[in-house]
Amino acid sequence: MAVLTQYQCYHCGDHVNFKLVKDDKKFCCKGCLNVYTILSNGGLNNYYKLNQFPGANQDKETGKFNYLDNEEIAAKLISYTDAEKTIITFYIPAIHCSSCIWLLEHLNTINPAILQNRVDFLKKQVYIQFNHHQTSLKQIVELLTQIGYEPLISLQDIVQKDLAKKDNLVIKIAVAGFCFGNVMLLSFPAYFGISVADENFGRFFSLLSILFSIPAVFYSGLDYFKRALYSLKQNTLNIDFPLALGIAVLLLRTLADYIFNTGEGFADSLTGLIFFLLIGKFVQQKTYHNLSFERDYKSFFPVAVDVIDAENNVFPVALEKIKIGDRILVKNQEIIPADAILLKGNALIDFSFVTGEAQPIKKVWGEIIYAGGKQTSGILELEVVKSVSQSYLTGLWNNATFHKNTINRTKTFVEKVSHYFSVVLLLLATLTFLYWLPQNWQTGLNAFTAILIVACPCALALSTPFTMSAALRIFDKNKFYLKNTDVVEHIAAIDTLVFDKTGTITLTNKSEMSFIGELSSENELLVYHICKQSSHPLSRKICEYLNLKEKLFVENIKEITGYGLSGFYQDRDLLIGSEKFVLGAHSVREDNCPTVHIKINNSYLGYFKFEQKIRPGFEEVLKQLNLSYQMFLLSGDHEQEVNLFQKTFYQRANLLFNQSPQNKLDFILNQQQQNKKVLMFGDGLNDAGALKQSDVGIAITDNINNFTPGSDAILDGESLILLPKFISFAKACVKTIHISFCIAVVYNLVGISFAIQGKLSPLIAAILMPLSTVTIISFTNIATYINAIKHQLRKP
Amino acid sequence: MSIIFFLIAVSVMLALLFLVAFIWAQQSGQNKDLYTPSVRILFDDLQEVSDESALDKKKPNSL
Repeated sequence: MAVLTQYQCYHCGDHVNFKLVKDDKKFCCKGCLNVYTILSNGGLNNYYKLNQFPGANQDKETGKFNYLDNEEIAAKLISYTDAEKTIITFYIPAIHCSSCIWLLEHLNTINPAILQNRVDFLKKQVYIQFNHHQTSLKQIVELLTQIGYEPLISLQDIVQKDLAKKDNLVIKIAVAGFCFGNVMLLSFPAYFGISVADENFGRFFSLLSILFSIPAVFYSGLDYFKRALYSLKQNTLNIDFPLALGIAVLLLRTLADYIFNTGEGFADSLTGLIFFLLIGKFVQQKTYHNLSFERDYKSFFPVAVDVIDAENNVFPVALEKIKIGDRILVKNQEIIPADAILLKGNALIDFSFVTGEAQPIKKVWGEIIYAGGKQTSGILELEVVKSVSQSYLTGLWNNATFHKNTINRTKTFVEKVSHYFSVVLLLLATLTFLYWLPQNWQTGLNAFTAILIVACPCALALSTPFTMSAALRIFDKNKFYLKNTDVVEHIAAIDTLVFDKTGTITLTNKSEMSFIGELSSENELLVYHICKQSSHPLSRKICEYLNLKEKLFVENIKEITGYGLSGFYQDRDLLIGSEKFVLGAHSVREDNCPTVHIKINNSYLGYFKFEQKIRPGFEEVLKQLNLSYQMFLLSGDHEQEVNLFQKTFYQRANLLFNQSPQNKLDFILNQQQQNKKVLMFGDGLNDAGALKQSDVGIAITDNINNFTPGSDAILDGESLILLPKFISFAKACVKTIHISFCIAVVYNLVGISFAIQGKLSPLIAAILMPLSTVTIISFTNIATYINAIKHQLRKP
Repeated sequence: MSIIFFLIAVSVMLALLFLVAFIWAQQSGQNKDLYTPSVRILFDDLQEVSDESALDKKKPNSL
């Protein structure tokens, strides 16, 4: 083991090829060495002592952050600034161990202008307070980048606001719990009966209970009234209406009981109800750190673009300020921000974002390059022909789908039930009141309020959040991250599955390569060097595949665009390229995937084949799903490997190729108009419209820290094979909700039977309500747990 | 028995004190990050840690 360690980079732990040695420590690249030098000069060697090889590999180009000097752009990123200090929070994906925390919290020893900095490990965020007179935002970002912690800077929601804090839910629960606890304490004497001699205690306790109910209702429970009022304005009766009604009646009845001295009141049930309801809301509110379901193209695009002015000066301009006619510079691995004409440079654009096409495409001078493509070789100079928001890809976000709220969604079970529930409840209460009215109006009023109290759908309101939050935890464990609890119900309702091809069914950039025929090592070298001279994507792939080190000089290399290459070496002449170019004829093969043929000295040696591979194990899953769902394949790619997919999708008509982002959206819309519930899988920005339009849009990613387009759920690629289990588990969860609803109704009926007779005592109400709540919570949790085991989504 | 009035007043006061303490803790963000402080407390001051004491039993890149 000791021998092995000697050859590992002291910073990142990669195996060392070149010897870069400092202080007897070896490094794999200059970047790692640089980080070590900065840290050891700053006296931060402890970084390497807390964990072995804590660093991230630095062997890459460092980005330029000049745009951070632009005050307008910087102002959007900074969270607070005054005369003395500036506060900013960065999201740093590289944070992964305790050394990271230690180093990032000791930044001030390297740059003393940093006043305070704290790391939030789980969110991978660092919060920095610095003196902007002594340093600048750009310097801090550069420092972070130099030591290997490059922050991810984007204008959209990288640093999320804390949701729970915004509506103060935790504090509301605390207040409600405080009131509930105290009221219970004060109510106990009444449960056991207060003797006539101690009656003044009873009055005092009731008064105190009322005082405790007031903050519970008017602080903790206020949102229920607001939402009930809102739903009345919308002419619907949602679940909040009977809840608010119940709360209001409980409070009024308690007040009346105290004033007219007719009983102990229902303060215990009232505070308990609010407390349990808020708990239900709390468990429903699941937030994932760093996952965002609302991203649009702005997250993918650069924050600023380098613009060249008339005097050839280059300066950064904020993305949305780019105008038609601007000349812009796009460097290697950067994204083209707007539709533009190529003026200068070697353009090899990866359009996998826009079209789903896996192979990079070569563009020549004067051609239009669509926004969203990623340059993969050298620097480009472009002239913008369309503004950022009107470009081919980004124009998708101008579509109406992105502006209307979720109207076309299926209603959840609770939404459907609560409407009827409220009507039945009011009807029943009124009938009871009318029945008693001729005999005794007091009993009538008593029964009327009692029904509204006891039928308050607390258990109904809780059954969904508790089942769904348990389900979300199970999905979460299996790397399936849902936006909210409603999505589970939407998944259970779908009947049509639509898949994107590249990146969803097939793996991105990992086409399987093989050589059909025989190639001697000598010829291999020859092929390698001839391909090295070409920037054609397939040539590059061949070079990557062969990856040889020896040198060779091939003469007279000619590239015929669209066909192939020819060249000479000593006595051999070599032809490499398309079938037509090499063999002069085009044979029809079954798979229809791209090939590169080789001929040396007029003898045909064989060809390279580039196959796209379906994710391992996914073919069986697709076949299995095909039995119960209608399935479609939507690909932006050109038609290839049709046979491969036809086997799994059965009908040729279910495979659609050459689909633009807008086509995909329209296809989903069309399916929905035929009353289908569509589940869409996609991975790139080109699917964003379809994901948004579909009933459930699921974004697939192979790295959960990567950006995904706006969607209802994010699924890790390796869990895609669990898809059938996910769907049937979602269905089981919906069934659990139905059963727990029945249980809640049984409790309600028992309570109502007391209430109709006008015999509901505060004691019965105080027992029934928590009892039904506890039953529902335990039932939903246990049922979800059992379902998860049944679907093999969790180990027993 | 009137001592009960006093006792209840005291108990409510005490409970209120805890409520206020909780609200203060929540508002000042003490519940925001429940993980990092548990790591942070183990860091020593800026003295170089000796190799043996810190690295024992640790696998590379583990937490």
